[in-house]
Amino acid sequence: MELFKKTTNVDFLGKRRLALACSAMLLVISIASLSIRGLNFGIDFTGGTLVELAYSDAVNPTEVRGVLADAGITDAVVQYFGTSRDIMIRLPVDATRASADQSSEVITILRDARNETLTDSPEGGIQRCLISGSVGDCHVQMRRVEFVGPQVGDELTEKGGLAMLYALIGILIYVAFRFEWRFAVGSVLALVHDVLITLGVFSVLAFEFSLPVLAAVLAVIGYSLNDTIVVFDRIRDNFRKMRKGLPSEIMNRSINQTLPRTVLTSVTTLLVVLTLLLVGGEIMKGFAIALLIGIVIGTYSSIFVASPSVLMLGISREDMLPVVKEAVEGDSAP
Amino acid sequence: MRNHTPWWKWLIIAAVILPGALYALPNLFGDSPGIQLRGARGGDLGTQQLAEVQRVLDESKIQYDSLSLDEQGIRVRFPSTDVQLQARDQLELRLPSGYTIALTLIPAAPSWLSQVGALPMYLGLDLRGGVHFLLEVDMASAQSRAEERYVSDLRSTLREAKLRYKDISRDANGQIAVTLRDSGERDAAVKVIRQEIPGLDIRPQKDGSTVDIRLALVQAELDQLFKFALEQNITALRNRVDELGVAEPVVQQQGDRRIVIQLPGVQDTARAKRILGRTATLEMMMVDEEHSLEAALGGKVPTGSKIYRFRDERPILLEKRVIYSGENIVDAAASIDTQSGGPIVSITLDAIGARINQSITGKNIGKRMAVLYIENRSVIQTDAQGQPARDEQGKVKRTKQRIEEVITAPVIRDQLGKRFQIQGLDSVVEARDLALMLRAGSLAAPVEIIEERTVGPSLGQANITEGFRSVVIGFVLVLVFMAFYYRVFGLVANVALALNLVLIVSVLSLLQATLTLPGVAGIVLTVGMAVDANVLIFERIREEIRNGSTPQASIFTGYERAFTTIIDANVTTLIAAIVLFNFGTGPIKGFAITLSIGIITSMFTAILVTRALINFFYGGKRVNSLSI
Repeated sequence: MELFKKTTNVDFLGKRRLALACSAMLLVISIASLSIRGLNFGIDFTGGTLVELAYSDAVNPTEVRGVLADAGITDAVVQYFGTSRDIMIRLPVDATRASADQSSEVITILRDARNETLTDSPEGGIQRCLISGSVGDCHVQMRRVEFVGPQVGDELTEKGGLAMLYALIGILIYVAFRFEWRFAVGSVLALVHDVLITLGVFSVLAFEFSLPVLAAVLAVIGYSLNDTIVVFDRIRDNFRKMRKGLPSEIMNRSINQTLPRTVLTSVTTLLVVLTLLLVGGEIMKGFAIALLIGIVIGTYSSIFVASPSVLMLGISREDMLPVVKEAVEGDSAP
Repeated sequence: MRNHTPWWKWLIIAAVILPGALYALPNLFGDSPGIQLRGARGGDLGTQQLAEVQRVLDESKIQYDSLSLDEQGIRVRFPSTDVQLQARDQLELRLPSGYTIALTLIPAAPSWLSQVGALPMYLGLDLRGGVHFLLEVDMASAQSRAEERYVSDLRSTLREAKLRYKDISRDANGQIAVTLRDSGERDAAVKVIRQEIPGLDIRPQKDGSTVDIRLALVQAELDQLFKFALEQNITALRNRVDELGVAEPVVQQQGDRRIVIQLPGVQDTARAKRILGRTATLEMMMVDEEHSLEAALGGKVPTGSKIYRFRDERPILLEKRVIYSGENIVDAAASIDTQSGGPIVSITLDAIGARINQSITGKNIGKRMAVLYIENRSVIQTDAQGQPARDEQGKVKRTKQRIEEVITAPVIRDQLGKRFQIQGLDSVVEARDLALMLRAGSLAAPVEIIEERTVGPSLGQANITEGFRSVVIGFVLVLVFMAFYYRVFGLVANVALALNLVLIVSVLSLLQATLTLPGVAGIVLTVGMAVDANVLIFERIREEIRNGSTPQASIFTGYERAFTTIIDANVTTLIAAIVLFNFGTGPIKGFAITLSIGIITSMFTAILVTRALINFFYGGKRVNSLSI
């Protein structure tokens, strides 16, 4: 099967003003939302406690909230997690209580409400409880506890920002070294564009921004760059081979030549990311959504942002000359 | 001849794929219930202990599948969980002290695989279930305790030098202020402090006062204090973790004031927190030799003294006043005395301990000093027949015990200082145990749990199932797509993709890197991205065909041209993955690891392996068209 029977000839760069307007709009919305609404940071960053419990039967969050409130815990956020038997409870950092004990306290309170207490449970097995005098499987099964102290959260926010910065600087240097500074700037502009818009979507839709989401955003940087480099590589190639033609024509040609590959790789990657989103479980959801947004935006930006930026920075055939010598040695085309 | 793969390239491919398959193999076998025994308090187990364990199992008529000894300790594999639990109770009851017994899962792969170092992947806590704690050592409190010791030290030093001070106080910024009566005495005091207390630094006076001295701990002293506080806490926590009976626990330093603790399989996190947070301490006390032990045993315990017992139940009368505690011990090492040939323990005290030791031992030569170990632990109750006592549900009963043991009470032979030795020990083993206990008995500074990540076994299992399902479905979708879109070339790419998965699994197994849920996501993502190299190559080949090249020339040019592009594209992705790894905490690191491994192995399979296969099908003969 062949989707692209012959090399397409779309004037991508001719549409750069439209693309610019489009990107500018998305960026303005993203930045505005990020600065006004901000991100809905998860407890990895804010600190706090998260408890995920599986009940043996359907349970009502309001009822759980009531039980906790009766025991003096009034600031708990209780919601369903996946099914009507799974409950997720979040607690903010509380200076008045020993933070690390909050989770155990919550589980004990909820088990007490069902007249059960945890007893010796086998490793890797179901949690066993003393239920009104006899041992059985606990009605309330602890599935997950996460507690992050405020000091850890603050550090993570700082380290996360720095990690993104380092990744961008490392990429800037490598691309400048392998290509030319305009390409480096172009690729980094495209990456900043991708990261800002991905974060913007998370901000606008108020999706939780957790540690896996941050990892996904960094993976998006890697993916989007991969796309951009392939296009740049062809542009460099064509600048050497094609003696005639304006830079914009050569770039258009290059984008068209690499278009089948850009689309195909996006398809295979989206296939696996959609798989992750649909069958990867509740915990992987944020991660998969971030990847999904990032890959779509990244594919768009490698065509409509990276190359036009290089063109606008005033690239010409002469700029590629010093690189030509090095590249000829490395590329022994017959 | 064009498009022919030289024999040495086939050799390279075979040299990677065959061992790769071998090391991936152990992951196909599951695991079975087992018990892991380790030496308590860091002790080693040998063949003698192995025989002992075997004897206990045989005597209790417990059936086991295998029994082995390695650096990890003794491992026993059982046919079922029931037998495993039964064996645990019997071992706990019948083995002498000195063992840590933990339930665990033991890989069921045949032993010849583990003999060549082929082990299954090491699963992270989010997949196998368990508790992860990050603890922070309260260095401020360690520092303020040290300052307090220095203040009391200053008091006695100045008193001994007959310098009357008006006031000694400590402020919140770690400074100690001494106020004297006049400037003459101030100068004298400065001289004495310089000489006697090198751990304190004299700071310049701000307000030009002539009667005050401002002091602070020397930086080197502080650094050492923090270092020891951390090390001592790690050793102490290791001993406590042993008591929790967890197989493969991890206690590790992270940064300069944090400790990571991982307890696979632990379900009762509240209990784990209690035990880790507990304070076991060592205290040095003088033996009360003015009053008779017999009278005290008869009920006439003198005020200021108390009866304690050695581990072998021998009673001893000690003065209640604590001379110094375990936190003053900097180091303790067991060795053999060159003169007597008997086992000894060499102890090094910190500056404060040394000063106290010097003055107390100077005054008490010929008397005895005792080392008391205080700890709370839980023990199995036994019934009248010596079998484990059980409650109504058949659970083994445990009780809490406060343990106060006199470890040793040696005679003071000489005035002692910073370094001294304890002699008269029975065996090298006893000396080693004592040294360990002296080193690790107490927490040097309080610890606080600043992060907890607990995953219950049901979620861990769900994570494994969902992760595995994602890999399989993603893989199959990509396989179908590639075969459909590139036909024969697609099938070749699919072989490469399958080999890539095998290689990722084998590298993960070989490195014993931790596989986490984000790590599984990394593998899924790699499956989608790994075919990119093949897409690049195949699209180049199609382009060449469209430009009118012959099939053979198209294959050749396609691979050659795409090569640099693939390298450039992958190196940049690798940069992002490496940054991610360095930034990473736990789970995120897992993602970065699988992504990096996947990028590297995919370059091998997508370029070298597919080229060899394509050459095998099409190379060296007349081909009119390609199935691409």
